[in-house]
Amino acid sequence: MESVALVDLVERYRQNGDLLSLLKSVQRRCGGLDRDTTAQLAEQIGLPVSELYGVITFYAFLSPRPLGRNVIRVCRCLPCTNRDSQTVLGTIKEELGIGPGETTVDRRFTLQMVNCIGACDVTPSMMVNEKRYGNLTPARVAQVLGSYL
Amino acid sequence: MPEHRVVLRNCGKIDPTDIASWLAVGGFQGLDRARSELTPEAVIGEVKASGLRGRGGAGFPTGLKWELTRKSPGDERYVICNADEGELGTFKDRYILERDPFTLVEGIAIACYAVGARHAFLYVRDEYGDLLDHLHRTISAAEAERPLGCSIHIREAAGAYVCGEESALMESIERKRGEPRYRPPFPPSKGLWGQPTVIQNVETMMNVPTILREGPEWFANLGTAQSKGTKVFSLSGDVSRPAVFEVPMGTPLREVVEQMAGARSVKMVQVGGASGRVVPYERIDAPLAFESILGAGAIIVYDDSRDAVEVGLRTMEFFLEECCGKCSPCRQGTEALVEILEGLVHGRGRERDLTLLQDIAENMMLASLCGLGQAAPNYLVDTLQSFRNEYLARLAA
Repeated sequence: MESVALVDLVERYRQNGDLLSLLKSVQRRCGGLDRDTTAQLAEQIGLPVSELYGVITFYAFLSPRPLGRNVIRVCRCLPCTNRDSQTVLGTIKEELGIGPGETTVDRRFTLQMVNCIGACDVTPSMMVNEKRYGNLTPARVAQVLGSYL
Repeated sequence: MPEHRVVLRNCGKIDPTDIASWLAVGGFQGLDRARSELTPEAVIGEVKASGLRGRGGAGFPTGLKWELTRKSPGDERYVICNADEGELGTFKDRYILERDPFTLVEGIAIACYAVGARHAFLYVRDEYGDLLDHLHRTISAAEAERPLGCSIHIREAAGAYVCGEESALMESIERKRGEPRYRPPFPPSKGLWGQPTVIQNVETMMNVPTILREGPEWFANLGTAQSKGTKVFSLSGDVSRPAVFEVPMGTPLREVVEQMAGARSVKMVQVGGASGRVVPYERIDAPLAFESILGAGAIIVYDDSRDAVEVGLRTMEFFLEECCGKCSPCRQGTEALVEILEGLVHGRGRERDLTLLQDIAENMMLASLCGLGQAAPNYLVDTLQSFRNEYLARLAA
């Protein structure tokens, strides 16, 4: 993988000490936190690679595997499951041809299943990147996905 | 009892992007009074006198926590506000952060003044990443209006339920894996970076400015003998009005579930989300209070159509995924419980399974390192009692 410049992000981290924010920014820029990126970053911020890898693999929103440009996170918790989150998954499969854990061939989307996203008042729900979408119907899911095409 | 808004009093009434609209309804009056009329010790005295207890579930007396922190020796003291609500069925902190973030900032500033902290951290769950800009702007607007006496730093979480546990949260701020710590020592003596630390839930902080403004007696007049004030609940599941409601402590569960959220044909209610206790319909008149049943505010309702064993499997799958793996009772316990429940759901149940479920659950509650493992089996223990027939019906003939 070609190395991407991370100087500005590392500089901000040196000022605020916010490691998770740094990792998320790098993940957005590099499309994941793979081995090379992690090693490069570890050297720049002076942490052992193993420690950084330990942090990355601990958190659900950080990924050591490559991600698509947009990450869809469908809530699989009880309030959503009981309001048919299966249909949401079915629609995504129909529209994009991917299931949980998969990325579209054009790398536009990765689909993940996550626990409670704090949208239990508007079930079933999902997130695309930072944005939450609730009261999902097949039509609404298709419309949301379309806005990221 | 109708809804009674103390914590949520400004929600929907102010423009959360315009600090002037918040100042017009008494914003900063609590902080101003604290700093101009009271010593830090006197602020702690008022919080103690109000009877305020932590809203994150454990119910530790807030004023006492502040006093312990202030008196502990340390080079630096910290205040942390826990906005990492990850419990299944909870969205009340999101509601608050969206609609009245100013009062939260004021509460944090008062806490910093009381314990002598120069730095505070607001730890926000990653799922609320869309609120970060809004929160940064809120803090800047508040700083432009008054010196807060402390710097408030926002920290983003990254999707780990266990980080809502206070010691795991501190590990996470310290740039480590968010695994809970062995305790004691507790945060008031050794918290963030080993320094005395106050850590409070969003809702607890939201109560502080009102206590300072209206006085501790006013607050102590609300609620029950051991549970003062109000409680905010997120209602979800099989209800016709899933939403956030605030009621005085002691309000019967039935009123919130049936009258406010509009639930019908209720089978059972999880009070406190996945880790909460299960109240079967026969006991739905139980008052919501620390001395009865409370949790952190997530109330999930299940109607007659739901199967107790299937809900149990989904609940335990959640804990299996969110278990951090540090201690074996939780790491192995959650896995074993899911395995047994899968067997029951898929028709492979055996006679001894119910005893096993009970034994493993009790061991986890007794031996797990943190609240996650200790509370994970609550659902099973409760439903094995209230809905035992449904488990028995799953045993293979």
